[in-house]
Formats: sequence, C-alpha cells, structure tokens
Amino acid sequence: MREVAAEFRNPVLLYSIGKDSSVMLHLALKAFYPARLPFPLLHVDTTWKFRQMIEFRDETVKRLGLNLLVHVNQCGIDDGINPISSGSALHTQVMKTESLKQALDCHGFDAIFGGARRDEERARAKERIFSVRSPGHVWDPRNQRPELWNLFNTRIRTGESMRVFPLSNWTELDVWEYIRHEKISVVPLYFAKPRPVVRRNGALIMVDDHRLPLAPNETPELKSIRFRTLGCYPLSGAIESAAATIDDIIAEMQVTKTSERQGRLIDNDEAASMERKKRDGYF
Amino acid sequence: MRLDGKDQLRFITCGSVDDGKSTLIGRLLHDSSSIRDDELKALARDSLKYGTTGEEIDFALVVDGLEAERQQAITIDVAYRYFSTGRRSFMVADTPGHEQYTRNMATAASNAQLAVILIDASKGVLVQTKRHSLICSLLGVRHVVLAVNKMDLVGYGKESFDRAVADYRAFASALGFLSIAAIPISARYGDNVTGRSEATGWYKGPCLLHHLESINAQPNTADQPFRFAVQWVNRPSRAFRGYAGAVVSGSIEVGGEIVVARSGRSSRVEKIVTYDGELARAEPGSAVTITLADDIDVGRGDVLADPLNQPEVSDQFAAYVIWMDQQAMAVGRPYAFRIGAQSIASGHIRATRHKIDINTGAQIEAHALSFNEIGLCDIALATPACVDSYKKNRHTGSFIIIDRYTNRTVGAGMIALELRRIGGIGRPPLPLGKSERSALKQQRACIIWLTGEHGKAAIGNLVEQKLFELAHHTMLLEAGNVGIAVGETNRKEDVWRIGQIAKLMVDAGLIVICALPCPTSTSRDHVRALVSAAEFIEVFVDDQNGGCVQHDNCEMHAKAGLPELLKVADASSEPPLRHLEAAGHGPHRLAEIVLGYLVEKGIITR
Repeated sequence: MREVAAEFRNPVLLYSIGKDSSVMLHLALKAFYPARLPFPLLHVDTTWKFRQMIEFRDETVKRLGLNLLVHVNQCGIDDGINPISSGSALHTQVMKTESLKQALDCHGFDAIFGGARRDEERARAKERIFSVRSPGHVWDPRNQRPELWNLFNTRIRTGESMRVFPLSNWTELDVWEYIRHEKISVVPLYFAKPRPVVRRNGALIMVDDHRLPLAPNETPELKSIRFRTLGCYPLSGAIESAAATIDDIIAEMQVTKTSERQGRLIDNDEAASMERKKRDGYF
Repeated sequence: MRLDGKDQLRFITCGSVDDGKSTLIGRLLHDSSSIRDDELKALARDSLKYGTTGEEIDFALVVDGLEAERQQAITIDVAYRYFSTGRRSFMVADTPGHEQYTRNMATAASNAQLAVILIDASKGVLVQTKRHSLICSLLGVRHVVLAVNKMDLVGYGKESFDRAVADYRAFASALGFLSIAAIPISARYGDNVTGRSEATGWYKGPCLLHHLESINAQPNTADQPFRFAVQWVNRPSRAFRGYAGAVVSGSIEVGGEIVVARSGRSSRVEKIVTYDGELARAEPGSAVTITLADDIDVGRGDVLADPLNQPEVSDQFAAYVIWMDQQAMAVGRPYAFRIGAQSIASGHIRATRHKIDINTGAQIEAHALSFNEIGLCDIALATPACVDSYKKNRHTGSFIIIDRYTNRTVGAGMIALELRRIGGIGRPPLPLGKSERSALKQQRACIIWLTGEHGKAAIGNLVEQKLFELAHHTMLLEAGNVGIAVGETNRKEDVWRIGQIAKLMVDAGLIVICALPCPTSTSRDHVRALVSAAEFIEVFVDDQNGGCVQHDNCEMHAKAGLPELLKVADASSEPPLRHLEAAGHGPHRLAEIVLGYLVEKGIITR
C-alpha cells in the first residue's frame, strides 16, 4: 500500500463495505499511521445495498474521519435499471461495472485498491497483485506482467491505470482470523440473527425493504441467517446459520462444504462469467 | 507465523505439459477437503464438457482457470491455490510446463520455498525437467520433491521409479538443493498423494502431503544482517518524521545502531511506531515505522542496515538475468531497474558474459539474451543502489528490469556479488559513441536530406514537429538557422560546412533534418561520405508547381501507400534518391510518409 502511495499520483481505495474492504481499510490505516490516509475511499453505490451496510459505512467514515466518495450511476437510475426487473447481469453491468468506470474516469484515479482475493474464484486466481488496465479499463489476461519476489512494476502510461490487490494471497479464513485478531468491526449482517427471508431459486433472499416484490405465494419467514458475502440485497443469498460471533463463524467455516461466492447470484450466470466481467472492467 | 499458529509453506509445481500437475493440485485440494460442494458440482459439469477423463471428475479443471486455456487444455499462466491441513497451510503456484513460458515459472519460483517437480514414470527425466530444476535452483528454491507420476501406467514398478530417480539425482547434484525427496505417485488415482498406497509396497517413505506438512523449509531470515527497506517517509506534522518500511532480514531494537547504506550516515533507532502502539523490537517481515535519534537525510529507496554488516553500495555488479520479453535484450540500451523500493530510472546491461544452457547447465558464449534465456550479465546503473548477493538475501539481492518505452517487465535478476570480486570487472570508463548516445534516446541517428525546389522547409518543419511529439531528439538545419548566403557561388561551400555540422549531430545521436538547396549530386555525395550509408536518407520533394503547401486540406488519396509515394528513383539518376511525389497531398501527409519510412528503416519505433 505504501508502494502505491509513493509511486502513483492519484490512488483510491475501493470500499465496498464488506469484510475484505474492512480489512483493507484497517491495513491502510496501519500502514500510514500516524499520518492520515493519503488517499480517499470510493464506494460505488447501486442503491440496492442492504440498509445496514450504508449505516455501517457512514458510521465508519464518521468514526475514523475518512474522506469517502460515493458514486451512483445516474444514467442507470434514469433508465430504471434495477436488479429485479432488469436481471442480475444487466444490473451488475450498468450499476457496478459501468458505474465504477465512470467514477474512476471522473476523478482520474491512476491506482485503485481492490479487496479481491485469489481464492475467491478461478479467474481471480490468475490475477496479478499489480494489474494494468488499458485506458478503457480492460483486462488482458494473456498480456500480464510477471511478478517476481515483492518487486512490483508500477510504471503505466498516461490513460492506463493500475488495479492493486493487496489481499491476493489471503483466504476467506485468513480474513476472518485477521478480523478476530485485530478486533475489526464489520457489518452486523455477517453475524447470524433472525431476519425475514424468502427462498428463490434455491437462495435465501432477505427482504430488506419494500422494493422487493413478493409473489402471491411468498411470505417472508423469520430465519436465523447470516451472509458470507454482501452485495445488492436482492442478489445476495444468505445461509442458515447460528454463528453469532466471530469465533462461531471461524468454527463454521472450518466445516463448511460450500464456497464463499456460492450465494452470489451474479457469478453463476454461466461458466467463466467472472472472467468476462473482469475483462470488461469489473473488479 | 500466522495468526492461527500454523506456518505456511509456499510451493510450486512444475513438469512437462502432460505430466499431470494440475491433476495433482486438484487431487491435493480435493483430498484435503478444500474443494467446496458447489465447486465440485460445477467441476463435474465442466468435466463432461472440457475434461479429458471421460465420466470421472477431471481434477485438472480445478486449477485451469481461464476459459481460453481450458479449451486448449494447457495452463498458460501462474495460478495460485490455497489449502490447509491441521498442521500447515499451503500456497500452491501452478506453473506451466509449456516450453514457451519459462518466465512464468521463474515468477512462481521467486516466492516459493519448495518445488514439486513432476515427471512421468513412463518417460523419465526430460529436457524440461532439467530446465525447471535449474530455474528453481537459480531462484533460490532449496527443497525439491521429485514426484514420479503416472505410476499406474508402469504397473507401479520399482524399476521405473528407481531409474528416474537415479537419472534425476545425477543431474541435480550440482544444483545445491538442500533436500530432494522422491515419491512414486499417481495423481489420477491418488496413490501416495494424501495417504500411503498399497500398490507401492516397496516404497517406505511418506506420502506427498505428509512430506509437505513436515519438512522444515523456512529460510532463516532472522539470523541474517539487519536490512530495512524504506518505502515511504511519514511526515504528518513538523514534529514527526518516521520511515515506513519493512524489516526484510535481521531484527532491530529501540536504541540499536543503524547506518543509512547509501550515504553512510549513522544514527540510533529512537522509536518503532505502529498503529497498535510502540514496539521495543521489530522482527523480519514486520511493517513498521522507525524514527531516528538524529536528523539525517533518509528517503524512499534507502536501506537502513546493520553498521557492522552493510550491503554493497554500487552502480555496477554482475547478476544472473532471466530475460522475459519477446523482444531480445539490447546491450547498452537504457532500461529502468527496480531493486527493492529503489527505483533506478536508468541503467543498462554492459555486457553478457555467457548464457546458460538450461538443459545441461553449461556456459555458452553470448552477446545478449533472448526470450526465456538465462545468463550472467554485467549491469551498470546511473545511480548507485544498495545490494547484497542473492544467495545471502533474496530481498536485497533481486531486481526487475523494465522497458522504459513499453513499461513491460522484461527481465529479472539475481545479484552475484562475489563474482565481481573474483572477476574484477573494475570500472573502465564506458566508451561513449554514436550508438550509446542514440540508444539513450531510443532512436537511430541519421541525416534526412530534403531536396527539391519547393516544399522542403514546410515538410522538414513538420517532420521535426511530429518526431518531437513522439519524444525523439532532432535538429532541423535550414537556410535560416545555419545562416547561409544566397549567392550561388557559395553553395558548395555551404553544403560542405553543413555536412560537417550534421555529422557532429549524428555523433550526438540526433535525427538531423536538412532542408537546404543542394544543387549538385557531388556536394551531396560529400555529405553522404561523412556518415554510414544507412545514416544518410535523401528525399527528393517533387513539387513542381509549389502546390504542396497550399493544398494542406486537400483530400488524401486512397492509394497513398509508402511504396508508390516514396520510391527510389531509377538507377540512372546516380545516387539512391527517394522520390516524394507531392502532387495532390498536403505537407502533413507527406511528413507522415517520411515518418513511416523512418519506422520501416528502424530509425524510430512507434
């Protein structure tokens, strides 16, 4: 992180409010202490995040005195794009990928920290820690720079940008163990609690506000659930769990038989869908 | 040490294309319960579509991530995977066996402590096996597991195994590995991977996973001399000035003596600051902020070191270099170097002493290295860097080479300091000539001599302007700035004088554009003789009616390809004369044609 602050003109930390972002923010605070963060945070808001995420974000920013930029793709809003009637693929494309590109272009960031980890998904397993994006934010997996030792090639041309993934070599379990060790606060949705949910396509969807249209035969049930990853609430599947503390979560993870992104409806659209999204500019 | 109290082993797997590396990793992940149910389901689906194992699950697909390579069924890049057992956590880098991708293997090996080298029991030790072992050895991997795979294909016979192992040991004995463990396995059926197999009753050693769990492969960085790489100067206020960085080897205590390696200035550690409070001591691997008792000059890239055991501060050293770019190394051309946090904007490879035949380890005479070649090179930097030999310190002994033009990482190096002392390169001054000066400017020096009645000055100006925009170093000589007289009688003398000036500028590495009246071919020949044939480019601007300047906005002709417009006139018109047909083209178009010609002749690159 210090490498980026020292070598780039205008870095930014992409803050998605999730646990990985919380860890990254914590690492950044540690890296620059006692100085303040030498770069802002950027949240790309789809307007469909869980309400508790937004509360948590605003509380964190206030508590730590951070400089947070929030970007919403207004064109997408105007076009009425939403995860329910537009479908998850279009919603993600417009409100996340396009929106992110808009925000990056608008502020002219040349280095962007992301919390992606190689253990999340197969396409991410091949990602570099310092990954160059062409002026259109396109990723070319066949033309990546070799990364040896901890020596990073930070040189880019005008218009290009660098995506930096400091957590590349962490696993989901590492993240939780670090959160426990460092006592980092995370969104309460990661911890189990009775919440109203409906079951759709095998996933448990939380009824976070009145915008989620319910089918005539659907009635929200109260179940003890928690989330392993957080995104837009209509697209984030919960798991039934009783893990109400970090210790419970870690214990649960050690016996779990499903992967973290399994609850993410957007990844399952088709095989290699993450790779396509990444080539397009998604994180 | 990790937070869960388990240590981590980083290892790579290497082998030839069909040796079954990916299958082995998939098997390790599967048998250590690291593949989740939903991933397994997706895998079963994909196995039917892409797999090479029929109805069974193809474990190779766990690792072969990218779509394109899945269809090719070849791993083309480095893929990282993580799993853990009750005793250890593991980070696996799957490295390609494909001959073309040596650079990826070196990348993976640079952060690995151990290598699992696969060979096919039915084929034995292959050229690639030797190549991979040599790269591992060079990059400082000290522990090897020789996994003799596909034992099922040789009926689990002891003889095939013994033969392969004996061949391998004979080759690897010179590579300086601290341990070589040979294990007979079948990745496809799981023999000796995560448990001992009945099929190889004659084998008495541990299974692969057990060996990986128990081997002590951690390098002992704590006992090495103290090195602290300064990444960032932390100055939140006037009252605080700290140096943020990482302890790369050794350790330091509050009050400990340090020396700034580059300047030789010394001081004591006043405080070791972290977010969680001050520390009394910092161990290797910790990222801390150090404040010093004295106000001395320290910046990003500096190395704080043990005063009794300092790194070398040198602008010249010998190093083993792995060339990783399609474009071959250019000796003498400036490259950027990255050594720890030290970014050296400019340096060059002075000479290649030899390259290494990676199949035999033999030294071969070479002038420069091509893609995927490894050799011993002499490096010269524009400013001194703090370095150790790679054998002593992986952090301060390694560097990467970056092309200043494309920004690609073109090479990686491992410093071999002891060789410098034995070999005694000394520091003879680099003889500076035309080629060195041109190389610095990333161009080839030449004279572009424009002739013709009209349009020379306009085109000459535009050519210079366009070259400038492409960051080339130029000089335009025209009647105005060299102050030649108008009288006809003086012209021959003028041409001679300007020729001398142009030659001097070519020696300085410049692209010289001459837009002058030069009536006779004899006087041009005089200039031509001052430089080499390739450095004199004569362009005849054929613009009889002087229309070129006025017609800047005229439509470009579709047929305006280089061969038609910029042609060598027939042999009868004495010297080679490049004929620039101006009719119907604006000067911008004509200048572009000249530029295209320069690219074609390798004077400049785009």
